[in-house]
Amino acid sequence: MVVVALFATILAGTRWGDAALTPNLALDLEGGTQIVLQPVPEVAGQVTSDTINQAIAVIRQRVDASGVAEAEITSQGGDKIVVALPGRPDEATLDLVRTSAQMEFRPVLVEGSPTPATATDPSAEATPPADGATAAPADGTADDAAAPADDAAAPADDAAAAADDAAAPAADAAPSDEPAKAAPDSPSDIAYYVTPAVQAQFDALDCTLPANRTGGAPGPADKAFVACEQEGQAKYILGPVEIPGADIKSASSGMGMSQSGVSTGQWVVNLEFTSAGTPKFTEVTTRLAGQTRPLNQFAVVLDALVISAPSVSNVIPDGKAEISGTFTRQTAATLANQLNFGALPVSFEVQSEQQISATLGSEQLEKGLLAGIFGLLLVVVYSLFQYRTLGLVTVASLLVAAVVTYGVITLLSWLQGYRLSLPGVAGLIVAIGITADSFIVYFERIRDELRDGRTLGAAVDKGWDRARRTILASDAVNFTAAIVLYLLAVGGVRGFAFTLGLTTLVDLVVVFLFTHPLMTLLARTRFFADGHPASGLDPRRLGVDGARYVGRGRVTTPGQRAKGTADAPTPREPVSVGATGMTIAERRAAARAAEAASAPPQDDPPTAGTTDAPVDGRPEGSDR
Amino acid sequence: MASGFAQWGNDLYTGRRSYDIVGRRRVWYAISAVLVLISAVLLVKPGLNPGIEFRGGSEFVVSGVSTTDQQLAIDTVQAVAPSESPRVSTVGGSSLRIQTAELTNDQVEQVKTGLMTAFDVTQDEVTSAFVGPSWGKDVSQKAITGLIVFLVFVSIVMTVYFRNWRMAAAALLALFHDLIITVGIYAAIGWEVTPATVIGFLTILGYSIYDTVVVFDKVRENTSDALDQSRFTYAEKANLAVNQTLVRSINTSVVALLPVASILVVGAFILGAGTLRDIALALFVGMFVGTFSSIFIATPLEVTLREREKPVRQHTAKVLAVRSGVTATDAQDGAPVAVGAGTPRATAALRPGGHLGQSAQPKRKKR
Repeated sequence: MVVVALFATILAGTRWGDAALTPNLALDLEGGTQIVLQPVPEVAGQVTSDTINQAIAVIRQRVDASGVAEAEITSQGGDKIVVALPGRPDEATLDLVRTSAQMEFRPVLVEGSPTPATATDPSAEATPPADGATAAPADGTADDAAAPADDAAAPADDAAAAADDAAAPAADAAPSDEPAKAAPDSPSDIAYYVTPAVQAQFDALDCTLPANRTGGAPGPADKAFVACEQEGQAKYILGPVEIPGADIKSASSGMGMSQSGVSTGQWVVNLEFTSAGTPKFTEVTTRLAGQTRPLNQFAVVLDALVISAPSVSNVIPDGKAEISGTFTRQTAATLANQLNFGALPVSFEVQSEQQISATLGSEQLEKGLLAGIFGLLLVVVYSLFQYRTLGLVTVASLLVAAVVTYGVITLLSWLQGYRLSLPGVAGLIVAIGITADSFIVYFERIRDELRDGRTLGAAVDKGWDRARRTILASDAVNFTAAIVLYLLAVGGVRGFAFTLGLTTLVDLVVVFLFTHPLMTLLARTRFFADGHPASGLDPRRLGVDGARYVGRGRVTTPGQRAKGTADAPTPREPVSVGATGMTIAERRAAARAAEAASAPPQDDPPTAGTTDAPVDGRPEGSDR
Repeated sequence: MASGFAQWGNDLYTGRRSYDIVGRRRVWYAISAVLVLISAVLLVKPGLNPGIEFRGGSEFVVSGVSTTDQQLAIDTVQAVAPSESPRVSTVGGSSLRIQTAELTNDQVEQVKTGLMTAFDVTQDEVTSAFVGPSWGKDVSQKAITGLIVFLVFVSIVMTVYFRNWRMAAAALLALFHDLIITVGIYAAIGWEVTPATVIGFLTILGYSIYDTVVVFDKVRENTSDALDQSRFTYAEKANLAVNQTLVRSINTSVVALLPVASILVVGAFILGAGTLRDIALALFVGMFVGTFSSIFIATPLEVTLREREKPVRQHTAKVLAVRSGVTATDAQDGAPVAVGAGTPRATAALRPGGHLGQSAQPKRKKR
């Protein structure tokens, strides 16, 4: 039933979702690049899991933005970030991952509608919309390609002038990036910062295209910067960085309070600066408060995207700002989170970077599976040899376990994005042994009970009682190991621990819901209950020879008639309780036992023990 | 042969045939001590051979090569970085792995290009990796933390389950024994220690404890009433348990070792250096030693510990005294009783239904 349900789910997933019938493979099997990042706190302090989660969110945004599909970014072992990129990502993508997120506060110089400027001048068209990920590199390129001399002198006060100017030279000449003045009056000085190149870039930028809203590396701190609003609502030319993100102490979202302390019923984001940031913020707000829109806005830039551009109405001297607007609970919380991320005092150190070729990975997988199948075959042969037909129960249980495990892994890789790695495969192969052990423990217990003279039905029940304890205890230990490894380990160890823990659970499920019911059923069949020699449960082979009392005064004597009662008692060990001396028989037995010292000692000491009241009423002397 | 094996199992169960495992524990302790010592020596010299994950450095893998000429690879690397002495090994059927010390980004690019032309492969078939020196240290750090947390957890679980800390203590001692010997053998073979190896070592923790728990469960079952009877000593009861689980232990280890062995063979002879091979070796040795230790080390240790307990000591003395004919009252003080050489060891479990005829009937002593 469980199996059917499992596979029905997967099938349904394949049919109507994007589930596959095979589990996803991790990088070491599929090929790709894996980067392990270790956060390094920039100031003394702890890297909390919050910090890590925010960092992961930012890295994910960047990687997704760069167009790499199915990147897997996880935190492992508490404080590490593992970025797994399939295939062969280019250097630019890798750089995106390696650099840490940058938040900065810049004054807004020009605000515009998100579509490209409608001016039909050739420069706007000649400059392609910032391609792919970044606005910043485009800026940098223009910077490097030092502007032609005829542009340098051009007055670049307003947008139209700049556009015209840029249109004048040949199409291949980059617009000037030289400022019109020698020095800026203030960070909000449009005349200084908005050069023709910046203006051209601004005009060309189309923020309605998702490709242009993917973020990227931040622009140079002392230059103007063109950026989109993160939702594509607007585009901006921004002044130089005035306050770095590290100066944010904290941000939170909540209900706004009016001056009298009454809730305004509006969601706001509260922002607090550090002692270093407070004077800077005071300075900025002092300047901006006197300006008109759009110059009275400052933009919060995260990864080259403007996440918020609030306008300043008052001078804020104490470093505690409140951003209000049309926030919902959700958007306020998001913004607060993003602002907090700007306050992340961490950078990342690349701990390892590995590229795994797909060919090598698939070869390892193929050989690994081959080894696993071969191992499984050996196990099957051995258990058939040891347990005869009962071995088939082992094999069937192993198969069920394998199918369930496969199903669960496939399901998890669909629902949770789990990926099977090479250590994971190793874990599965190791699990064969541990799973089979549960059956072996069970069967051995049944055999033990048979040896005690029980019928198969009773032996299965009693053996199950005892085996269950053992199986539960040992699986608990195994599961503990898996969980500890999973929580504490990084990379491959995790994959291994995962499959180990999973198969331990599957083992329990299979033993409880498949093997035991199957055994109970089998115990009712004549083949097993009568102890057919090939059944593996033949009481004769298990040492239960001779007669067995089957109730109502009847005695079964499989194979032969009960031995004569005249059989001489076999030599006994002289163990007795409370005897002050040995009986003659005991002395003789002792002598014999001493003679046969090298031979294995014999069984069944004869005494009136407290525990061994004969229950099965065997005829005397029948003890072989 | 199977029938022979089954018969052997029966005899072990009934006690007709018995191996005095607990009684000869000094022998096993001695063997283990020697093994542990040898392993300790092996750990110092030659010592473990750290893989690139623990040394730090750059690694290149060229796959799909037509020639696995290692000198060609070395020459290529040295053309870029003359002072390097790269380690080259074959991975899989047609791949070369070249490990160097840490190279600069430029050098990495040059080496990649060099390898591409030297082995005449496309760019897709040369991969590079870089491992910072702190990575491996971190992995081992985590492994050790994991080890400690695991041990604490397991000790608690076992103490609660068996209601006796001695079993947990014995299991943990056996565990250390397994780990040291496994690591020692790994050092002796000289394969590189990679994170995969560490995974293997950590798994042995689980397996060793698992195996010990199964044996201890039987010991617990057999000895639960050990002090309420005077037929067997505690040690003899425990020994019977070990003998009774012997067949299980053998079957389990064979079944567990077969798949691991097949990975080991495939890994070592077909794939060459790599995750599978490293894990498989660690597991193979560890499982083997683990099975040995749960039979020959853990249970005897547990008995040794238990025999230090006063009730058990007194009980043992009483049983032995009774057996050798000394009155029970003489031995009540728990003084060790010299056991006569002729006193046989009691091994058997009682068989319900066994009837001894007249000899078991009370008879009048005519003396």
